[in-house]
Amino acid sequence: MQAVSGGYNYKKITDYTTYNPVTHNSKNMSGNMNLTLKVWRQKNSQAAGKFVTYKAEGISPDMSFLEMLDVVNESLTLKGDEPIHFDHDCREGICGMCSLYINGRPHGPKKAITTCQLHMRSFSDGETITIEPWRSAAFPVVKDLATDRSAFDRIQQAGGYISVNTGGVPDANEIPIPKVIADEAFNSATCIGCGACVAACKNASAMLFVSAKVSQLGMLPQGQPERYSRVQSMVAQMDAEGFGNCTNTGACEAECPKEITLTNISRMNNDYFSAKLFREEHAHDQNGD
Amino acid sequence: MSEFKQTFNSSLGKKLIMALTGLFLCTFLIVHLGGNLLLFKNDDGYSFNAYANFLTHFPPIEVIAYLLYLCILVHTIYAIILTTRNRRARPVGYAVQTKSPASWSSKNMGILGAILFLFIVIHMGDFWFTYKYNNILGFKEYRTNLVTGERTVTDFKPEYADFENSVATENNVEIVRVKDLHARVAFSFSHLWYVIFYVIAMGAVAFHLLHGFQSAFRTLGWVHRRYTPIVYFIGTWLFAVIIPLGFAAMPVVYFIQSLK
Repeated sequence: MQAVSGGYNYKKITDYTTYNPVTHNSKNMSGNMNLTLKVWRQKNSQAAGKFVTYKAEGISPDMSFLEMLDVVNESLTLKGDEPIHFDHDCREGICGMCSLYINGRPHGPKKAITTCQLHMRSFSDGETITIEPWRSAAFPVVKDLATDRSAFDRIQQAGGYISVNTGGVPDANEIPIPKVIADEAFNSATCIGCGACVAACKNASAMLFVSAKVSQLGMLPQGQPERYSRVQSMVAQMDAEGFGNCTNTGACEAECPKEITLTNISRMNNDYFSAKLFREEHAHDQNGD
Repeated sequence: MSEFKQTFNSSLGKKLIMALTGLFLCTFLIVHLGGNLLLFKNDDGYSFNAYANFLTHFPPIEVIAYLLYLCILVHTIYAIILTTRNRRARPVGYAVQTKSPASWSSKNMGILGAILFLFIVIHMGDFWFTYKYNNILGFKEYRTNLVTGERTVTDFKPEYADFENSVATENNVEIVRVKDLHARVAFSFSHLWYVIFYVIAMGAVAFHLLHGFQSAFRTLGWVHRRYTPIVYFIGTWLFAVIIPLGFAAMPVVYFIQSLK
Protein backbone atom coordinates (compact mmCIF):
# COMPACT_ATOMS: atom_id res chain seq x y z
CA MET A 1 0.00 0.00 0.00
CA GLN A 2 1.35 3.42 -0.98
CA ALA A 3 1.54 6.13 1.65
CA VAL A 4 -0.05 9.40 0.64
CA SER A 5 2.50 12.17 0.72
CA GLY A 6 1.95 14.53 3.65
CA GLY A 7 -0.70 12.31 5.16
CA TYR A 8 -0.55 9.66 7.82
CA ASN A 9 0.20 6.04 7.27
CA TYR A 10 -1.24 4.13 10.19
CA LYS A 11 0.09 0.66 10.72
CA LYS A 12 -2.41 -2.02 11.61
CA ILE A 13 -2.12 -3.29 15.16
CA THR A 14 -1.45 -6.99 14.83
CA ASP A 15 -0.25 -7.96 18.28
CA TYR A 16 -1.54 -6.17 21.37
CA THR A 17 1.05 -7.75 23.67
CA THR A 18 3.87 -5.87 21.97
CA TYR A 19 1.82 -2.79 20.98
CA ASN A 20 3.27 0.51 22.11
CA PRO A 21 1.04 3.48 21.24
CA VAL A 22 4.00 5.82 21.01
CA THR A 23 6.45 3.89 18.93
CA HIS A 24 3.87 2.10 16.80
CA ASN A 25 3.56 4.77 14.12
CA SER A 26 6.90 6.39 14.74
CA LYS A 27 9.38 6.25 11.86
CA ASN A 28 12.31 7.46 13.92
CA MET A 29 12.74 5.97 17.36
CA SER A 30 16.28 7.16 17.94
CA GLY A 31 15.33 10.30 19.91
CA ASN A 32 12.91 8.55 22.23
CA MET A 33 13.53 8.18 25.93
CA ASN A 34 13.27 5.39 28.45
CA LEU A 35 12.36 6.52 31.95
CA THR A 36 11.75 5.00 35.35
CA LEU A 37 8.77 6.39 37.20
CA LYS A 38 8.27 6.19 40.95
CA VAL A 39 4.58 6.93 41.32
CA TRP A 40 2.54 7.34 44.50
CA ARG A 41 -0.29 4.81 44.41
CA GLN A 42 -3.09 5.04 46.94
CA LYS A 43 -6.36 3.17 46.61
CA ASN A 44 -8.52 5.81 48.33
CA SER A 45 -8.38 8.54 50.94
CA GLN A 46 -8.39 6.04 53.81
CA ALA A 47 -5.90 3.53 52.42
CA ALA A 48 -2.17 3.76 53.05
CA GLY A 49 -0.29 4.61 49.89
CA LYS A 50 3.09 3.57 48.58
CA PHE A 51 5.46 4.23 45.72
CA VAL A 52 5.29 1.83 42.78
CA THR A 53 7.98 1.80 40.08
CA TYR A 54 7.04 1.73 36.42
CA LYS A 55 9.03 1.76 33.21
CA ALA A 56 8.04 4.37 30.64
CA GLU A 57 9.68 3.28 27.40
CA GLY A 58 9.90 4.85 23.97
CA ILE A 59 8.75 8.24 25.26
CA SER A 60 8.96 11.05 22.70
CA PRO A 61 10.68 14.17 24.05
CA ASP A 62 7.90 16.19 22.41
CA MET A 63 5.20 14.66 24.58
CA SER A 64 3.78 16.58 27.47
CA PHE A 65 4.20 15.08 30.93
CA LEU A 66 0.53 14.11 31.02
CA GLU A 67 0.77 12.44 27.59
CA MET A 68 3.66 10.40 28.95
CA LEU A 69 1.40 9.29 31.82
CA ASP A 70 -1.34 8.53 29.27
CA VAL A 71 1.09 6.20 27.51
CA VAL A 72 2.00 4.46 30.75
CA ASN A 73 -1.69 4.18 31.63
CA GLU A 74 -2.50 2.71 28.24
CA SER A 75 0.01 -0.06 28.76
CA LEU A 76 -1.23 -0.58 32.34
CA THR A 77 -4.80 -0.86 31.05
CA LEU A 78 -3.76 -3.34 28.36
CA LYS A 79 -2.09 -5.45 31.02
CA GLY A 80 -5.30 -5.32 33.06
CA ASP A 81 -3.76 -3.15 35.81
CA GLU A 82 -5.41 -0.15 37.39
CA PRO A 83 -4.25 3.00 35.56
CA ILE A 84 -2.55 5.80 37.50
CA HIS A 85 -5.14 8.37 38.53
CA PHE A 86 -4.20 12.00 38.09
CA ASP A 87 -6.12 15.26 37.66
CA HIS A 88 -6.17 17.00 34.27
CA ASP A 89 -8.58 18.89 32.11
CA CYS A 90 -7.76 21.61 29.59
CA ARG A 91 -4.14 20.59 29.01
CA GLU A 92 -3.25 24.12 27.95
CA GLY A 93 -2.28 25.62 31.29
CA ILE A 94 -5.39 27.61 32.12
CA CYS A 95 -7.79 25.41 34.04
CA GLY A 96 -5.71 24.69 37.14
CA MET A 97 -6.76 21.07 37.24
CA CYS A 98 -3.42 19.34 36.73
CA SER A 99 -1.11 19.08 39.69
CA LEU A 100 1.71 16.56 40.45
CA TYR A 101 4.76 17.09 42.62
CA ILE A 102 7.46 16.03 40.17
CA ASN A 103 11.00 15.35 41.41
CA GLY A 104 10.44 17.51 44.46
CA ARG A 105 8.73 20.46 42.78
CA PRO A 106 5.11 21.29 42.05
CA HIS A 107 4.45 21.17 38.29
CA GLY A 108 7.99 19.87 37.72
CA PRO A 109 11.36 21.47 37.09
CA LYS A 110 10.40 24.37 34.81
CA LYS A 111 9.41 27.84 35.98
CA ALA A 112 5.95 29.34 35.48
CA ILE A 113 4.24 26.42 33.76
CA THR A 114 1.72 23.79 34.74
CA THR A 115 2.35 20.05 34.49
CA CYS A 116 0.39 19.84 31.23
CA GLN A 117 2.76 22.42 29.72
CA LEU A 118 5.82 20.47 30.84
CA HIS A 119 7.46 18.49 28.06
CA MET A 120 9.50 15.35 28.32
CA ARG A 121 12.47 17.12 26.72
CA SER A 122 12.91 18.70 30.15
CA PHE A 123 14.08 15.28 31.35
CA SER A 124 16.96 13.15 30.19
CA ASP A 125 16.93 9.60 28.87
CA GLY A 126 17.24 7.04 31.65
CA GLU A 127 16.14 9.45 34.37
CA THR A 128 14.12 8.35 37.38
CA ILE A 129 11.14 10.62 37.97
CA THR A 130 9.34 10.65 41.32
CA ILE A 131 5.70 11.72 41.11
CA GLU A 132 3.77 12.59 44.26
CA PRO A 133 0.39 14.19 44.94
CA TRP A 134 0.08 17.62 46.60
CA ARG A 135 0.68 17.07 50.29
CA SER A 136 -1.70 18.99 52.50
CA ALA A 137 -4.20 18.06 55.19
CA ALA A 138 -6.67 20.34 53.39
CA PHE A 139 -6.11 18.48 50.08
CA PRO A 140 -6.78 14.83 50.95
CA VAL A 141 -5.69 12.26 48.36
CA VAL A 142 -8.73 10.89 46.53
CA LYS A 143 -6.81 8.25 44.61
CA ASP A 144 -3.15 7.97 43.60
CA LEU A 145 -2.10 11.45 42.47
CA ALA A 146 -5.54 13.04 42.46
CA THR A 147 -6.33 15.23 45.47
CA ASP A 148 -9.55 16.85 46.62
CA ARG A 149 -9.01 20.58 46.24
CA SER A 150 -12.58 21.59 47.01
CA ALA A 151 -11.23 23.51 50.03
CA PHE A 152 -10.31 26.20 47.49
CA ASP A 153 -13.86 26.19 46.14
CA ARG A 154 -15.26 26.67 49.64
CA ILE A 155 -12.89 29.60 50.24
CA GLN A 156 -14.08 31.14 46.97
CA GLN A 157 -17.71 30.58 47.90
CA ALA A 158 -17.09 32.28 51.25
CA GLY A 159 -16.40 35.63 49.62
CA GLY A 160 -14.77 35.47 46.20
CA TYR A 161 -17.58 37.22 44.39
CA ILE A 162 -19.04 40.68 43.74
CA SER A 163 -22.64 41.88 43.88
CA VAL A 164 -24.03 42.93 40.52
CA ASN A 165 -27.41 44.58 40.14
CA THR A 166 -29.74 43.37 37.46
CA GLY A 167 -30.85 45.87 34.85
CA GLY A 168 -29.50 47.31 31.65
CA VAL A 169 -26.03 46.48 30.39
CA PRO A 170 -23.63 49.17 31.65
CA ASP A 171 -21.49 50.99 29.11
CA ALA A 172 -18.10 49.48 28.54
CA ASN A 173 -15.34 51.46 30.26
CA GLU A 174 -17.93 53.44 32.17
CA ILE A 175 -15.99 53.03 35.38
CA PRO A 176 -12.56 54.66 35.22
CA ILE A 177 -9.80 52.34 36.43
CA PRO A 178 -6.14 53.44 36.33
CA LYS A 179 -4.08 51.18 34.11
CA VAL A 180 -1.61 50.25 36.86
CA ILE A 181 -4.51 49.10 39.06
CA ALA A 182 -6.13 47.20 36.22
CA ASP A 183 -2.81 45.49 35.44
CA GLU A 184 -2.19 44.56 39.08
CA ALA A 185 -5.73 43.22 39.48
CA PHE A 186 -5.34 41.25 36.28
CA ASN A 187 -2.03 39.80 37.45
CA SER A 188 -3.76 38.57 40.60
CA ALA A 189 -6.66 37.27 38.55
CA THR A 190 -4.37 34.99 36.55
CA CYS A 191 -4.34 32.60 39.53
CA ILE A 192 -5.82 29.32 38.28
CA GLY A 193 -6.28 27.84 41.76
CA CYS A 194 -4.11 24.79 41.08
CA GLY A 195 -2.76 24.67 44.63
CA ALA A 196 0.94 24.64 43.72
CA CYS A 197 1.45 27.37 46.35
CA VAL A 198 0.09 25.07 49.06
CA ALA A 199 2.16 22.18 47.72
CA ALA A 200 5.36 24.24 47.66
CA CYS A 201 4.90 25.96 51.04
CA LYS A 202 6.72 24.30 53.92
CA ASN A 203 3.70 25.16 56.05
CA ALA A 204 1.12 24.05 53.44
CA SER A 205 -0.31 27.56 53.63
CA ALA A 206 -2.95 28.71 51.16
CA MET A 207 -2.28 32.41 51.65
CA LEU A 208 -0.95 33.04 48.15
CA PHE A 209 -4.13 31.64 46.61
CA VAL A 210 -6.47 33.42 49.03
CA SER A 211 -4.59 36.70 48.71
CA ALA A 212 -4.70 36.55 44.91
CA LYS A 213 -8.47 36.06 45.02
CA VAL A 214 -8.90 38.81 47.61
CA SER A 215 -6.68 41.18 45.62
CA GLN A 216 -8.19 40.59 42.22
CA LEU A 217 -11.58 41.82 43.44
CA GLY A 218 -10.51 44.19 46.19
CA MET A 219 -8.40 46.34 43.87
CA LEU A 220 -11.18 47.06 41.39
CA PRO A 221 -14.13 49.45 41.91
CA GLN A 222 -16.61 46.63 41.29
CA GLY A 223 -15.17 44.72 44.24
CA GLN A 224 -15.38 47.56 46.76
CA PRO A 225 -18.82 46.88 48.34
CA GLU A 226 -17.67 43.53 49.78
CA ARG A 227 -14.00 44.41 50.06
CA TYR A 228 -13.68 44.24 53.85
CA SER A 229 -16.26 41.55 54.54
CA ARG A 230 -14.77 39.43 51.73
CA VAL A 231 -11.30 39.30 53.21
CA GLN A 232 -12.66 38.35 56.64
CA SER A 233 -14.89 35.59 55.27
CA MET A 234 -12.22 34.12 53.00
CA VAL A 235 -9.53 34.13 55.70
CA ALA A 236 -11.97 32.55 58.18
CA GLN A 237 -12.76 29.80 55.66
CA MET A 238 -9.06 29.33 54.90
CA ASP A 239 -8.40 28.81 58.61
CA ALA A 240 -11.33 26.42 58.93
CA GLU A 241 -9.96 24.26 56.11
CA GLY A 242 -6.77 23.56 58.09
CA PHE A 243 -4.14 25.24 55.94
CA GLY A 244 -0.88 26.35 57.55
CA ASN A 245 0.35 29.89 58.18
CA CYS A 246 2.49 32.03 55.93
CA THR A 247 6.08 32.62 57.04
CA ASN A 248 6.97 34.77 54.01
CA THR A 249 9.56 32.32 52.67
CA GLY A 250 8.45 32.99 49.10
CA ALA A 251 8.49 29.33 48.01
CA CYS A 252 4.91 29.76 46.73
CA GLU A 253 5.80 32.74 44.56
CA ALA A 254 8.74 30.83 43.08
CA GLU A 255 6.63 27.79 42.16
CA CYS A 256 3.41 29.49 41.06
CA PRO A 257 2.75 28.64 37.41
CA LYS A 258 1.15 32.07 37.00
CA GLU A 259 3.85 33.92 38.97
CA ILE A 260 1.49 35.41 41.54
CA THR A 261 3.63 37.58 43.82
CA LEU A 262 4.06 37.60 47.60
CA THR A 263 2.86 41.23 47.56
CA ASN A 264 -0.68 39.86 47.31
CA ILE A 265 -0.31 38.35 50.78
CA SER A 266 0.71 41.69 52.26
CA ARG A 267 -2.21 43.32 50.48
CA MET A 268 -4.57 40.73 51.99
CA ASN A 269 -3.07 41.27 55.46
CA ASN A 270 -3.49 45.00 55.06
CA ASP A 271 -7.19 44.65 54.15
CA TYR A 272 -7.74 42.09 56.90
CA PHE A 273 -6.20 44.20 59.66
CA SER A 274 -8.00 47.28 58.32
CA ALA A 275 -11.29 45.40 58.50
CA LYS A 276 -10.67 43.84 61.89
CA LEU A 277 -8.98 46.68 63.71
CA PHE A 278 -9.77 49.98 62.05
CA ARG A 279 -13.16 49.80 60.34
CA GLU A 280 -16.09 49.84 62.71
CA GLU A 281 -18.69 49.55 59.94
CA HIS A 282 -17.37 46.13 58.91
CA ALA A 283 -16.71 44.88 62.40
CA HIS A 284 -19.84 42.79 62.75
CA ASP A 285 -19.95 41.06 59.41
CA GLN A 286 -18.66 37.80 60.82
CA ASN A 287 -20.71 35.08 62.47
CA GLY A 288 -23.71 37.38 62.82
CA ASP A 289 -22.53 38.84 66.12
CA MET B 1 -16.35 34.01 70.19
CA SER B 2 -15.69 37.62 70.94
CA GLU B 3 -14.53 39.94 68.21
CA PHE B 4 -11.15 40.34 69.89
CA LYS B 5 -10.56 36.63 70.32
CA GLN B 6 -11.73 35.96 66.78
CA THR B 7 -9.28 38.48 65.38
CA PHE B 8 -6.25 37.34 67.34
CA ASN B 9 -7.02 33.64 67.08
CA SER B 10 -7.16 33.80 63.30
CA SER B 11 -4.10 32.80 61.31
CA LEU B 12 -3.42 36.42 60.41
CA GLY B 13 -4.06 37.61 63.96
CA LYS B 14 -1.45 35.21 65.31
CA LYS B 15 0.95 36.39 62.63
CA LEU B 16 0.26 39.98 63.68
CA ILE B 17 1.20 39.13 67.25
CA MET B 18 4.42 37.50 66.02
CA ALA B 19 5.26 40.56 63.92
CA LEU B 20 4.57 43.14 66.62
CA THR B 21 6.38 41.31 69.41
CA GLY B 22 9.26 40.59 67.03
CA LEU B 23 9.61 44.23 66.03
CA PHE B 24 9.51 45.31 69.67
CA LEU B 25 12.35 42.89 70.41
CA CYS B 26 14.24 44.34 67.41
CA THR B 27 14.01 47.88 68.77
CA PHE B 28 15.14 46.60 72.17
CA LEU B 29 18.30 45.22 70.55
CA ILE B 30 19.27 48.72 69.40
CA VAL B 31 18.99 50.09 72.96
CA HIS B 32 20.68 47.04 74.45
CA LEU B 33 23.63 47.30 72.09
CA GLY B 34 23.92 51.04 72.60
CA GLY B 35 24.05 50.65 76.38
CA ASN B 36 26.39 47.70 76.36
CA LEU B 37 28.92 49.52 74.19
CA LEU B 38 29.90 51.02 77.58
CA LEU B 39 31.70 47.71 78.13
CA PHE B 40 34.30 48.97 75.68
CA LYS B 41 35.00 52.04 77.83
CA ASN B 42 38.26 51.57 79.61
CA ASP B 43 37.18 52.88 83.04
CA ASP B 44 37.19 49.79 85.29
CA GLY B 45 33.52 49.30 84.58
CA TYR B 46 32.43 52.66 86.05
CA SER B 47 30.11 53.62 83.18
CA PHE B 48 28.79 50.11 82.69
CA ASN B 49 28.05 49.53 86.37
CA ALA B 50 26.41 52.94 86.67
CA TYR B 51 24.31 52.13 83.60
CA ALA B 52 23.28 48.71 84.99
CA ASN B 53 22.40 50.41 88.26
CA PHE B 54 20.29 52.98 86.43
CA LEU B 55 18.42 50.32 84.43
CA THR B 56 17.48 48.39 87.55
CA HIS B 57 16.45 51.37 89.66
CA PHE B 58 14.51 53.58 87.27
CA PRO B 59 10.79 52.62 87.42
CA PRO B 60 9.82 53.38 83.78
CA ILE B 61 12.64 51.11 82.61
CA GLU B 62 11.34 48.41 84.97
CA VAL B 63 7.91 48.61 83.31
CA ILE B 64 9.39 48.37 79.82
CA ALA B 65 11.60 45.49 80.98
CA TYR B 66 8.57 43.45 82.06
CA LEU B 67 6.88 44.26 78.75
CA LEU B 68 10.01 42.96 77.09
CA TYR B 69 9.96 39.67 79.03
CA LEU B 70 6.29 39.33 78.13
CA CYS B 71 7.11 39.88 74.44
CA ILE B 72 9.81 37.20 74.53
CA LEU B 73 7.37 34.71 76.05
CA VAL B 74 4.48 35.60 73.74
CA HIS B 75 6.74 35.49 70.65
CA THR B 76 8.00 32.05 71.72
CA ILE B 77 4.60 30.63 72.65
CA TYR B 78 2.97 31.87 69.43
CA ALA B 79 5.87 30.48 67.41
CA ILE B 80 5.18 27.07 68.96
CA ILE B 81 1.42 27.37 68.36
CA LEU B 82 1.91 28.42 64.72
CA THR B 83 4.56 25.78 64.03
CA THR B 84 2.36 23.06 65.50
CA ARG B 85 -0.49 24.12 63.26
CA ASN B 86 1.82 24.31 60.25
CA ARG B 87 3.08 20.79 60.89
CA ARG B 88 -0.48 19.55 61.21
CA ALA B 89 -1.29 21.14 57.85
CA ARG B 90 1.01 18.60 56.16
CA PRO B 91 0.68 15.26 57.95
CA VAL B 92 2.34 13.31 55.10
CA GLY B 93 5.57 14.79 53.82
CA TYR B 94 7.20 14.56 50.42
CA ALA B 95 9.63 11.77 49.51
CA VAL B 96 11.66 14.06 47.27
CA GLN B 97 12.18 17.78 47.81
CA THR B 98 14.32 19.89 45.57
CA LYS B 99 16.19 22.78 47.10
CA SER B 100 13.66 25.57 47.26
CA PRO B 101 14.67 29.06 46.14
CA ALA B 102 13.40 30.35 49.50
CA SER B 103 16.20 31.70 51.71
CA TRP B 104 17.83 29.40 54.27
CA SER B 105 16.99 31.69 57.17
CA SER B 106 13.31 31.91 56.20
CA LYS B 107 13.05 28.11 56.29
CA ASN B 108 14.84 27.75 59.63
CA MET B 109 13.25 30.45 61.78
CA GLY B 110 12.10 27.81 64.28
CA ILE B 111 15.51 26.30 64.97
CA LEU B 112 17.14 29.75 64.99
CA GLY B 113 14.49 30.94 67.42
CA ALA B 114 15.03 27.89 69.64
CA ILE B 115 18.78 28.67 69.81
CA LEU B 116 17.91 32.27 70.72
CA PHE B 117 15.46 31.23 73.43
CA LEU B 118 18.08 28.96 74.97
CA PHE B 119 20.55 31.82 74.75
CA ILE B 120 18.15 34.27 76.41
CA VAL B 121 17.53 31.84 79.30
CA ILE B 122 21.26 31.36 79.91
CA HIS B 123 22.07 35.02 79.31
CA MET B 124 19.39 36.29 81.68
CA GLY B 125 20.23 33.64 84.25
CA ASP B 126 23.86 34.66 84.22
CA PHE B 127 23.45 38.44 84.33
CA TRP B 128 19.89 39.54 85.03
CA PHE B 129 19.05 36.93 87.67
CA THR B 130 22.50 37.15 89.25
CA TYR B 131 22.22 40.92 89.41
CA LYS B 132 18.73 41.12 90.82
CA TYR B 133 18.15 38.04 92.95
CA ASN B 134 21.43 36.32 93.62
CA ASN B 135 23.50 37.85 96.35
CA ILE B 136 26.87 36.83 94.98
CA LEU B 137 27.93 40.01 93.22
CA GLY B 138 30.41 42.31 94.95
CA PHE B 139 30.28 46.11 95.09
CA LYS B 140 32.67 48.68 93.72
CA GLU B 141 33.35 52.14 95.08
CA TYR B 142 34.30 54.74 92.49
CA ARG B 143 35.79 57.98 93.83
CA THR B 144 35.91 60.70 91.19
CA ASN B 145 37.69 63.97 91.86
CA LEU B 146 35.32 66.50 90.35
CA VAL B 147 38.12 69.04 89.86
CA THR B 148 40.78 66.91 88.23
CA GLY B 149 38.52 64.15 86.90
CA GLU B 150 40.80 61.47 88.37
CA ARG B 151 39.02 58.31 89.41
CA THR B 152 40.01 55.58 91.82
CA VAL B 153 38.25 52.28 92.26
CA THR B 154 38.15 49.98 95.28
CA ASP B 155 36.11 47.00 96.34
CA PHE B 156 33.32 47.96 98.71
CA LYS B 157 31.80 45.81 101.43
CA PRO B 158 28.33 47.09 102.39
CA GLU B 159 27.44 47.12 106.07
CA TYR B 160 23.87 45.97 105.46
CA ALA B 161 22.81 42.97 103.41
CA ASP B 162 20.11 44.92 101.58
CA PHE B 163 22.45 47.69 100.39
CA GLU B 164 21.83 48.50 96.72
CA ASN B 165 23.63 51.68 95.74
CA SER B 166 24.64 55.12 96.94
CA VAL B 167 25.88 58.36 95.44
CA ALA B 168 27.48 61.02 97.61
CA THR B 169 29.76 64.02 97.18
CA GLU B 170 32.39 64.84 99.80
CA ASN B 171 34.93 67.63 99.36
CA ASN B 172 34.57 67.75 95.58
CA VAL B 173 34.90 63.97 95.39
CA GLU B 174 31.95 62.02 94.01
CA ILE B 175 31.60 58.63 95.64
CA VAL B 176 29.54 56.10 93.68
CA ARG B 177 28.91 52.67 95.21
CA VAL B 178 27.23 50.18 92.90
CA LYS B 179 26.96 46.44 92.27
CA ASP B 180 29.87 45.22 90.21
CA LEU B 181 28.20 43.58 87.21
CA HIS B 182 31.25 44.44 85.14
CA ALA B 183 33.35 41.90 87.06
CA ARG B 184 30.71 39.25 86.37
CA VAL B 185 30.79 40.07 82.64
CA ALA B 186 34.60 39.86 82.58
CA PHE B 187 34.46 36.57 84.52
CA SER B 188 31.85 34.98 82.20
CA PHE B 189 33.64 36.12 79.06
CA SER B 190 36.93 34.62 80.19
CA HIS B 191 35.58 31.11 79.45
CA LEU B 192 36.15 29.98 75.88
CA TRP B 193 33.04 27.75 75.63
CA TYR B 194 30.91 30.64 76.86
CA VAL B 195 32.37 32.98 74.26
CA ILE B 196 31.80 30.42 71.50
CA PHE B 197 28.19 29.98 72.64
CA TYR B 198 27.68 33.74 72.52
CA VAL B 199 29.15 34.05 69.05
CA ILE B 200 26.97 31.18 67.76
CA ALA B 201 23.90 32.79 69.33
CA MET B 202 24.73 36.11 67.66
CA GLY B 203 25.00 34.23 64.35
CA ALA B 204 21.49 32.94 65.05
CA VAL B 205 20.34 36.52 65.75
CA ALA B 206 21.77 37.60 62.40
CA PHE B 207 19.98 34.93 60.37
CA HIS B 208 16.77 35.18 62.44
CA LEU B 209 16.52 38.91 61.81
CA LEU B 210 17.72 38.73 58.20
CA HIS B 211 14.36 37.13 57.50
CA GLY B 212 12.37 38.22 60.53
CA PHE B 213 12.65 41.99 60.29
CA GLN B 214 11.41 42.33 56.71
CA SER B 215 8.94 39.47 57.16
CA ALA B 216 7.31 41.34 60.05
CA PHE B 217 6.62 44.29 57.75
CA ARG B 218 5.17 41.96 55.12
CA THR B 219 2.89 40.43 57.74
CA LEU B 220 1.77 43.88 58.85
CA GLY B 221 0.78 44.45 55.24
CA TRP B 222 3.28 47.21 54.65
CA VAL B 223 4.77 46.62 51.22
CA HIS B 224 5.61 49.66 49.16
CA ARG B 225 7.84 50.09 46.15
CA ARG B 226 9.73 52.92 47.87
CA TYR B 227 9.87 51.79 51.50
CA THR B 228 10.19 48.02 51.23
CA PRO B 229 13.76 48.25 49.86
CA ILE B 230 14.61 50.49 52.83
CA VAL B 231 13.15 47.90 55.22
CA TYR B 232 15.26 45.21 53.53
CA PHE B 233 18.34 47.43 53.81
CA ILE B 234 17.82 48.08 57.52
CA GLY B 235 16.96 44.42 58.17
CA THR B 236 20.11 43.28 56.43
CA TRP B 237 22.73 45.83 57.47
CA LEU B 238 21.56 46.99 60.87
CA PHE B 239 19.84 43.89 62.26
CA ALA B 240 21.72 41.08 60.53
CA VAL B 241 25.21 42.61 60.39
CA ILE B 242 25.95 45.57 62.68
CA ILE B 243 23.97 44.54 65.77
CA PRO B 244 25.09 40.87 65.88
CA LEU B 245 28.69 41.89 65.16
CA GLY B 246 28.56 44.52 67.91
CA PHE B 247 27.23 42.03 70.45
CA ALA B 248 29.63 39.27 69.37
CA ALA B 249 32.57 41.66 69.71
CA MET B 250 31.97 41.98 73.48
CA PRO B 251 32.71 38.39 74.56
CA VAL B 252 35.51 38.13 71.97
CA VAL B 253 37.27 41.32 73.13
CA TYR B 254 36.85 40.42 76.82
CA PHE B 255 38.17 36.92 76.20
CA ILE B 256 41.26 38.27 74.45
CA GLN B 257 41.80 40.72 77.32
CA SER B 258 41.47 37.90 79.84
CA LEU B 259 44.39 36.09 78.21
CA LYS B 260 46.80 38.89 79.05
